[in-house]
Amino acid sequence: MRYGRWRFLAGALIPALVLHVVFVLSPYAQAFYLSLTDWTGVAGEAHFVGADNYRRLAGDSLFVDAVRNNALLLVVVPLVTIAIGLFLASMLHLGGRGGRRAVAGSGAYQIIYFFPQLLSLVVVAVLWGFVYNPNTGLLNGALRALGLGGMAASWLASPSLALPAVMAVLVWSSVGFYVVLFSAAIDGIPVELFEAAVLDGAGGWATFRNVTLPLVRDTVQVAFVYLGIAALDAFAVVQVMTVGPGGPDGATEVIGLSLYRNAFQYGKFGYASAMGVALFFATLTLAVFALRGGRRSTVEVS
Amino acid sequence: MLAWSVVTALPLLWAVVSSFKTDDEILNHPWSLPSTPQPGNWARAWTEASIGRYFFNSLIVVGGALALTMLLGSLVAYALARYEFRGNRIIYYTFVAAMFFPVFLALVPLFFVVQQLGLLGTYQGLILVYAAYAVPFTVFFLHAFFRSLPAEVAEAAFLDGCSHGAVFFRVMLPMARPGLVAVGIFNFLGLWNQYLLPLVLNPDPDRYVLAQGLAALSVSQGYRSDWSGLFAGLTIAMLPVLIAYVAFQRHIRAGMTAGAVK
Repeated sequence: MRYGRWRFLAGALIPALVLHVVFVLSPYAQAFYLSLTDWTGVAGEAHFVGADNYRRLAGDSLFVDAVRNNALLLVVVPLVTIAIGLFLASMLHLGGRGGRRAVAGSGAYQIIYFFPQLLSLVVVAVLWGFVYNPNTGLLNGALRALGLGGMAASWLASPSLALPAVMAVLVWSSVGFYVVLFSAAIDGIPVELFEAAVLDGAGGWATFRNVTLPLVRDTVQVAFVYLGIAALDAFAVVQVMTVGPGGPDGATEVIGLSLYRNAFQYGKFGYASAMGVALFFATLTLAVFALRGGRRSTVEVS
Repeated sequence: MLAWSVVTALPLLWAVVSSFKTDDEILNHPWSLPSTPQPGNWARAWTEASIGRYFFNSLIVVGGALALTMLLGSLVAYALARYEFRGNRIIYYTFVAAMFFPVFLALVPLFFVVQQLGLLGTYQGLILVYAAYAVPFTVFFLHAFFRSLPAEVAEAAFLDGCSHGAVFFRVMLPMARPGLVAVGIFNFLGLWNQYLLPLVLNPDPDRYVLAQGLAALSVSQGYRSDWSGLFAGLTIAMLPVLIAYVAFQRHIRAGMTAGAVK
């Protein structure tokens, strides 16, 4: 059946390819060139400045704050999310009778946990902006109700608490996804292995360490890459929720926010593109390291 | 486990309950239930705070982008999965590689591409860009799906005199329905929740999509202290996703986690 084959293939591929080249590939390619210019958005006014933009990045204290904050997010958010996700997933599976049965209602738990993952990060950020509100917010209200009123704080306004507050939101919104993901991975482990562990007298922790963890390592590795990429972003939450945004005093500045501000508020398009390239290489490095060094990263989780 | 359920559900329930309270109750009794439910908050958010308009903007843009994404994505996935030709692998990787690039890298040039095409702040512009960024995952997901379908049915259709296009639309697409549903729901959620792209490419407040409108409101309404209206807007923004989740929760979790594992 050769007749009409090429015509069909062309019709099937060309529209999508045109769209892909115009809106995806060409912007990615242009970004690398723009990052070497001083372009401010005026047509024909881009001068080639070589690595100047990159040198300026190192002296831009707000950008340095952003890199530091992204680095912290990159370490803390995946570790905490994966730890909670693994804990909940193994409890759901093995917390029941005899240490190797699913807990009653495990499906219902998964449904509840998963929901925040589906919300737009903007919705999540607006919601948590309310939760953190010092006077009327849920968090301080809960602390006062528990008699811990002394711990109430203006979470997003104090430099030492703002970034942890952002991290908590990111963890909150993503744990459910990883519970479901790790649950699927644990489902794939043959039941006999858990039974053998119980017969050998292994407790819950030993079973987790010696059976569950080694066998879900690949999934944990994938989770690290996904969470790491999300932690390098964090733009929507920071932009909507924090004071400034990015404050107080750069405490929650992230690379995406610096990029957005430099490009679309200050019109420094060349400089902003250099930030984009830096972010790209950070993402690339992260993916390569996480996929190569998977063995070590799982040990860190335990 | 129970504790995490509370941590997950409590802020959400609190927002929904607060959307029925008066401003005074929100400020002075953050924990109590509303003494009399205030549906007026919802009406005010929907009309005066423009949540209704943002909602319809989102519907138009996401509906258009979803239709375009599914059409183009399934065509590309099918063509690449079912036809051998030179350049097949290159085209496949050209699409799939784009999934792993941060959108921030493309942001500045993308703004100018859209501007030069005269599409800045238009529905068409957003639809095309949304679709362009959703097609790679769709191709990736459906490519595997089309490969797993039996070839005999398509061959029989060819013998009956069907053209290539007819085989695709009449035979293969209906067979691929489970895959199309899964990736369709996934794309719906992803597109509905877009924020960065509309923030940059959609500066006209009349055309704001829901996420963008809500973010703008949380600043402006915060100054006007219309807390109850803002809670109502937030709840309205959560509803479509909640409804989709209740209706399709198995598909959603399976589809999203499958994308992560493969």
